[in-house]
Amino acid sequence: MARTVPGVLASFEHIDAACDAVGALRAQGREDFTVYSAAPNHELEHALGITNSPVRLFTLIGGLTGVCAGLGMTFWMSLDWPLLVGGKPIATVPPYVVFMFELMVLLGALSTVAGVVILSLSKPTTGMAYDPRFSDDQIGIFVPCPPAEAGRIEKLFREAGSVEVRHAA
Amino acid sequence: MAAIAHEPAHPTQTHHEVTRDVVNTLGTAGRGYFLALAGAVGLFLIGVTTFIMLLKEGLGLAGYNPPIFWSVYITNFVFWVGIGHAGTLISAILFLFRSSWRTAVYRATEAMTVFAVMTAGLFPIVHIGRQWFFYWLLPYPNQRFLWPNFKSPLVWDVFAIGTYLTVSTTFLCVGLVPDIAAARDLMKGWRSKVYGFFSLGWRGTHDQWRHYTRAYVYLAALATPLVLSVHSVVSWDFAMSLIPGWHGTIFAPYFVAGAIYSGVGMVLTLLIPLRKALKVEHMITDFHFDNLGKLTLFTGSILFYAYAMEYFIAWYSGNTFEQHAFWNRAFGPMWWGGWTMIICNAFVSQLLWFRRVRTNLTAMFVISIFINVGMWFERYVIVNSLGADFVPWAFDQMTPTWADWGMLAGSFGWFGMWFLLFARTFPVVAIQEVKELIPMPRLRKGGAH
Repeated sequence: MARTVPGVLASFEHIDAACDAVGALRAQGREDFTVYSAAPNHELEHALGITNSPVRLFTLIGGLTGVCAGLGMTFWMSLDWPLLVGGKPIATVPPYVVFMFELMVLLGALSTVAGVVILSLSKPTTGMAYDPRFSDDQIGIFVPCPPAEAGRIEKLFREAGSVEVRHAA
Repeated sequence: MAAIAHEPAHPTQTHHEVTRDVVNTLGTAGRGYFLALAGAVGLFLIGVTTFIMLLKEGLGLAGYNPPIFWSVYITNFVFWVGIGHAGTLISAILFLFRSSWRTAVYRATEAMTVFAVMTAGLFPIVHIGRQWFFYWLLPYPNQRFLWPNFKSPLVWDVFAIGTYLTVSTTFLCVGLVPDIAAARDLMKGWRSKVYGFFSLGWRGTHDQWRHYTRAYVYLAALATPLVLSVHSVVSWDFAMSLIPGWHGTIFAPYFVAGAIYSGVGMVLTLLIPLRKALKVEHMITDFHFDNLGKLTLFTGSILFYAYAMEYFIAWYSGNTFEQHAFWNRAFGPMWWGGWTMIICNAFVSQLLWFRRVRTNLTAMFVISIFINVGMWFERYVIVNSLGADFVPWAFDQMTPTWADWGMLAGSFGWFGMWFLLFARTFPVVAIQEVKELIPMPRLRKGGAH
């Protein structure tokens, strides 16, 4: 059983209230909180100041690896056993573009998914308070904090329009 | 079924209603479902029995007859690969175009893609004869240090289909994760635990969404050229040869349009009964069928043009062999197949110019059956062009046998079985994407910034 992270968990039914709470937390210099939502939301992203995900690097590296693998595999294997077919060159680019393209897509896609897994695991949610309603119709905000600070955070959430605040210890 | 009432383009439910209605589709199935599943498994068993007979006796059981050594199995292969294309078009290409109507239907079509490609992949293996050596198609280090011929379109096909199956499955699974998490959170008991396992710990944190949404865009961007490439590569199986009627530069776009057309036909065949069975008529509405109808009309019209252009170029080329191939297609021994494909694909789709037809589910279902039949015959007619190539003394026809029909029936059973199992196990409407279209409630008046 994972150890519970102490902190405050607030539920919001209204998107503008959740954005206000995020804004207030960020105004206090906090960036260590987690926002839960059932679907991505542009207003929330804007309030959170979300930047581009580094997952694109995984896609790029995977895709380029695929192109190189397609090029290397076809040329090396053709030249390893030079078999003349229909008087055509032993190793030639046009038909091999198919392999470069297919492997670019294949490795690009797989490395993209690997990127999401790796990047998500780098910020584990284990032990953090959660409510099943966050995958349904509510937005959740969890702020990890010591019990002494919890009252102040709760007040911030109530003022923003939270419908429920819980303390996790 | 009469014409269904006009409903708004975007969902009018609340977020909770969307979750509830979709998760409810995962409940206990009724008698009709099990009857359909039993039918699919029955057909699948016919296919298994036929395959065992083929393993035991060899391909002689099928109707192969010189000079036709590509026949019903390759027809089935092209047919099923084509079916998959509409799923990727709707899930990936329309996603990149920000076409929001796709959200309610894309999950079912994406699942259809995966199962159709799984079905298609079986047929080259059946067709090769010594099925236990199928791995010879892959480039692996072997005793004689031999490698595949990378200039052969058949090896291009192995890579194209393998990539398509892998990427489509990945795309489907990635899209499912947040929805499985929503099912996990709404369910109780052992079901919640099972869905919890498959949700991979998803909680919808802002960091997870940040990586997920970007990854989804990149996956769609990769799947878009992939889907266009796959049926182009399949068309090159034919077009790279010198057989009259096959050796045309029009083949790649012609096959891609045909693939999407056949796929949308299958989407209609599946969605019309499915929405009723799963009670999601308020989510998959006449608006979606209207749009699917337009897509069918568009691709059907491209096919109409391609058919006309094939005949025109055959005449205009002055090439005797090409002219004979197309004369043979219309008035030769296979005239009935040729006209079936032209009527079902080029002409029946033209009915979709009328909105009344596009929003009448009975009419749409009947048209979708015509499309399925027409597109199977298109491939059958093209493959059987082999019967008349260059030397008249070698011309001949083939007659499909029980081994051909058995594998065709088995393929429908295999596909139907997977689709039915999926429809009751996983959300067939994308919960998360539908919610994205529904504005969340606000405390203060006024819209989003």
